[in-house]
Amino acid sequence: MTDERTPQVTVTACPDGPLLVRGPATILDADGRPVPRRRATVALCRCGGTAVPPWCDGTHKVNGYRSGPEPQDGSLS
Amino acid sequence: MTTTSLPANPVPHPVPQPAPHALRPKTSASDAPHGPTGRMPAPAPRGPVSEALLGALRAGGPDDALLAPVTGALAQAGLEGPEAVEAVLSEDVQLALLVMYELHYRGVDGVDDAWEWHPGLLALRARVERPFEASLRARVPQPACEATDAAGVAERLFALAAQDDGPSLSRYVAKKADAEQARELLALKSVYQLKEADPHTWAIPRLSGAPKAALVEIQADEYGGGQAGRMHAELFARAMRGVGLEDCYGRYVDAVPAVSLVAVNTMSLLGLHRRLRGAIVGHLAAFEMTSSIPSRLYGNGFRRLGHDEGTTWYFDEHVEADAVHEQIAGRDLAGRLAEEEPGLRDDVLWGAAVCLAVEGDVAAWVLERWQRGASALRVPLAGA
Repeated sequence: MTDERTPQVTVTACPDGPLLVRGPATILDADGRPVPRRRATVALCRCGGTAVPPWCDGTHKVNGYRSGPEPQDGSLS
Repeated sequence: MTTTSLPANPVPHPVPQPAPHALRPKTSASDAPHGPTGRMPAPAPRGPVSEALLGALRAGGPDDALLAPVTGALAQAGLEGPEAVEAVLSEDVQLALLVMYELHYRGVDGVDDAWEWHPGLLALRARVERPFEASLRARVPQPACEATDAAGVAERLFALAAQDDGPSLSRYVAKKADAEQARELLALKSVYQLKEADPHTWAIPRLSGAPKAALVEIQADEYGGGQAGRMHAELFARAMRGVGLEDCYGRYVDAVPAVSLVAVNTMSLLGLHRRLRGAIVGHLAAFEMTSSIPSRLYGNGFRRLGHDEGTTWYFDEHVEADAVHEQIAGRDLAGRLAEEEPGLRDDVLWGAAVCLAVEGDVAAWVLERWQRGASALRVPLAGA
């Protein structure tokens, strides 16, 4: 059973948009090094078009990215 | 902590007013009383209403007798009849409204803070706000929406923002703007950006549950996540310094045209009235949804003009931050508010449409002037 008082990591799949990460998750790059997080909640690019990887820069809105039939408000954990 | 409400040196009435044709020299941030935390300098009047108002507010503490000239000027301003929706958008009336609203933010130089809740002044403000809101309702039709759930409303908001066909100021800045136009852009934006996020913060105590948590999540980031130097208003001040502008709060109000005051006053109108909380939430959602990509273009423009990372930081920060904020604002703030208070859904959508319209009006104004080689400001900035 999870302790409600401990901040949980949640990843929200935003329809046609990024993965929104809340909570104390460490984001690692391809070499396993932590990517510095500059804000409490971050958005990870899912469309592949970002100019500031791994973060979202809004490009999904202009490159036609569609996330497909995912759970609309799914917390993937 | 001080509780000073009266200025140390009250300004006698009548207030000496600077010539309207030139920007007054103001001291630099380093030695000025108006640092980033200071009051708004008293602006130069733009007509009888703002002249009467500034004269009254700077003549002493709150007193109905002092407001008589303001009442008289408003009666002559055409704010009652069918022409009111146009008259309320004048340079004179919009400046007066900005000054009245400013009493709720940082205050105005030489004006007693006790004026903020003076019933007589609030009554006069309402006489301006009624036609102002009517003007916005006439300018911006209610967007239609079938959805009633958070995801559906968020999707509609993203669609509204995507359909916005306003002229692209950011694209012009990226490709064409010259150094002086870049400076004009920052001066023009500074009236809002030096108090960035503040008008939307009024909504926090008016919300509860998920929408409130979402708004606080966004605003905490806007205010630097606990680090004053990372506050967006502070990053904007840094950009201003980087292009050789003074970063004092309200420094360039005199240079800014009514169309831009309308955009700022719109946020205060929606933010300061609880009944319009749906609209200020929608406004924020649209603002965030039209920020990350334009911010990249603005940053590219300033880099093209040779500005350093400190100067472009403001825009670079907004690329990343607003890509986060637009998701929170669309889904968890605006979407959830519409879902939990169905009666606010139309206001949420209207507030978003208002944001797109009034910000689009500013962009159209600026581009029209720049494209014919004119200044977008009422008075060109002094030389670098």
